[in-house]
Amino acid sequence: MNYTDLSAFEISQKVRSGEIKAVEMVEAALAQIAAVDGVQGQLDYKGQDPAQDDKVHAFISLTSDLARSQAAEVDRKVAEGDDPGLLAGVPLSVKDIFCVEHTHTTAASRMLANFEPPYTATAVNRLTQAGALLVGKTNLDEFTYGSSSESSAFQPCPYNPWNPKYAAGGSSGGSAAAVAARETPLSLGTDTGGSIRQPSAFCGVVGLKPTYSRVSRYGLIAFASSFDCPGPITRDVRDAALMLQAIAGSDPQDSTSSTVAPSDYRSALEQDVRGLRIGLSPDYGHISYPDTETGEISYQAIQREVSQAVFNAAEALARAGAEIIENVPMPNSRFGIPAYFVISRVEAASNLHRFDGVKYGFRTTHPFNDLSELYRLSRAEGFGVQPKLRILMGMYVSAAQHAANYYQRALKVRAMIRKDLTDAFNPKGAYRLDALLTPTTPTTAFKRNDVFGNTVLMQYSDQMTVCANHAGMPAITIPGGLDQAGLPIGIQFIANDFREDLLFRAGRAFETATASAAWRAIKPIVLSNQQVIS
Amino acid sequence: MTLEKITSELFEKLVELAQFSLDPAESEYLRSELNHQLAAVKELSEIPIDVAVAPTTHGLEVEGAASRADEWKLYPNPDSIIALAPESEEGMIAVPDVAANRKTAQ
Repeated sequence: MNYTDLSAFEISQKVRSGEIKAVEMVEAALAQIAAVDGVQGQLDYKGQDPAQDDKVHAFISLTSDLARSQAAEVDRKVAEGDDPGLLAGVPLSVKDIFCVEHTHTTAASRMLANFEPPYTATAVNRLTQAGALLVGKTNLDEFTYGSSSESSAFQPCPYNPWNPKYAAGGSSGGSAAAVAARETPLSLGTDTGGSIRQPSAFCGVVGLKPTYSRVSRYGLIAFASSFDCPGPITRDVRDAALMLQAIAGSDPQDSTSSTVAPSDYRSALEQDVRGLRIGLSPDYGHISYPDTETGEISYQAIQREVSQAVFNAAEALARAGAEIIENVPMPNSRFGIPAYFVISRVEAASNLHRFDGVKYGFRTTHPFNDLSELYRLSRAEGFGVQPKLRILMGMYVSAAQHAANYYQRALKVRAMIRKDLTDAFNPKGAYRLDALLTPTTPTTAFKRNDVFGNTVLMQYSDQMTVCANHAGMPAITIPGGLDQAGLPIGIQFIANDFREDLLFRAGRAFETATASAAWRAIKPIVLSNQQVIS
Repeated sequence: MTLEKITSELFEKLVELAQFSLDPAESEYLRSELNHQLAAVKELSEIPIDVAVAPTTHGLEVEGAASRADEWKLYPNPDSIIALAPESEEGMIAVPDVAANRKTAQ
């Protein structure tokens, strides 16, 4: 039995029954990390060792001792007949944007390189209380600001396990790569404009953005507070359901967490898709892209293999008994990125003003003449380029003389985007959808360094994901095939508020319908490299 | 409607408000990307928006927990928070002694 091929569900069953010990699972995960991950992300990395070129670099730090002590506790519970929890003995990684007491929590920024928070995020606490074993913190774009993980101050950044010359996506790139490379079966990410789903699609894994407010944000270092959603990254839909079950629910520490009771997501997995109405929208068949000098918009069809995978999925679901509804209009979806450019930057700028070199985090080591210079030097040296850009953009578009044209309009466009979706899901409306099926990304993974630096093009890679964030609705990406270059394709389902159960039903039905597809037998190249070496 | 772009002067003003100090290469890149991003959001000003559309700040309206009572509570371990500050004195975060640093600079 290869422990790292087991799903979280299988591990929890075997640990519970005593067939496997949790301490063995920790060692298996750490051995896999040692085999495939290479050097972990670090500040001022100058390494040029070619042996690192085909490694994954998913992690910034490992928490091996913590995982071992958590494993011993799970094994003790099993031995004494106590309930070891829903995720007993399952190795877990966590995006390094979640506070975990007594660990470094860096947000992939020099600003927080030495930050050890005095408390632990609610979502992380709930996972470890359910028996999951925290083995490490994964790399990401600095403060989550990007879609490739390349902007991390901790290099090397994560590489795509399917082809390390390609980006893992972002901002939860380390989490998606860690799950794809069998380092941990579960990873906790965050999704603000697509940061769980885009890297999950690029790395061929399952990623869920829950309904806004479904999972507590307590202990999450904030990007855009009205969008941020913690959520699961896993290898299959069942594990995503298990993980959401563990983390969903209200939290007195987060007054924006919903008091709506979570569904029984596990039982949703047992239901098929007969009678479900699944929509397709022509507005998700192309992307619009602005000329960066004139703002003129041009349209481009999405990658053919990606749109083909969506149609194949629709056919598979139709064969499984779902009703496919074509031509569902989403006329405002193309405004998703422009509106996000404005709202998310305003919120990011607001959240980053707290870093000043005085209260916590980085302080300049250079001499300064007054307090203002201390602020300026600390912020100039502590922040990388992307946080600076977001702060400047956020300040400009929310300035009193511009807010009516930008911020206030963007908030209205956000309402229009949500209305497209609520109309489609309205049980008395023309479409009465249970879920909308779309591509997750316009293309499969791009090469590292091809897009990085062009912040407009990078942001447009979230065009298919961002509308669910505007609307606050849940969305899931699921592997839907491989393109000609052997890179994974993601398909996305979006559902109405708090209907994650429908996403799991549709996703599970698709997995079952394609269980014997040839592409499912193909594994990421870093795993075959490993077999060649051993 | 023409939306103004970020001139060098305006950029310097923004940098000052943001409390940054930037080197020339960084400034050039940031100003160029800001202008590209503003071109990308130009579309927003051209979208026909019905006067009846109300802005939303959260997408869905959250049925959150009721606001907590406005009661003072003792944090169990304040030392752990103070310990995060680069400089502290007698249980308080200290603002740097500017005069001392000026001396160091000379």
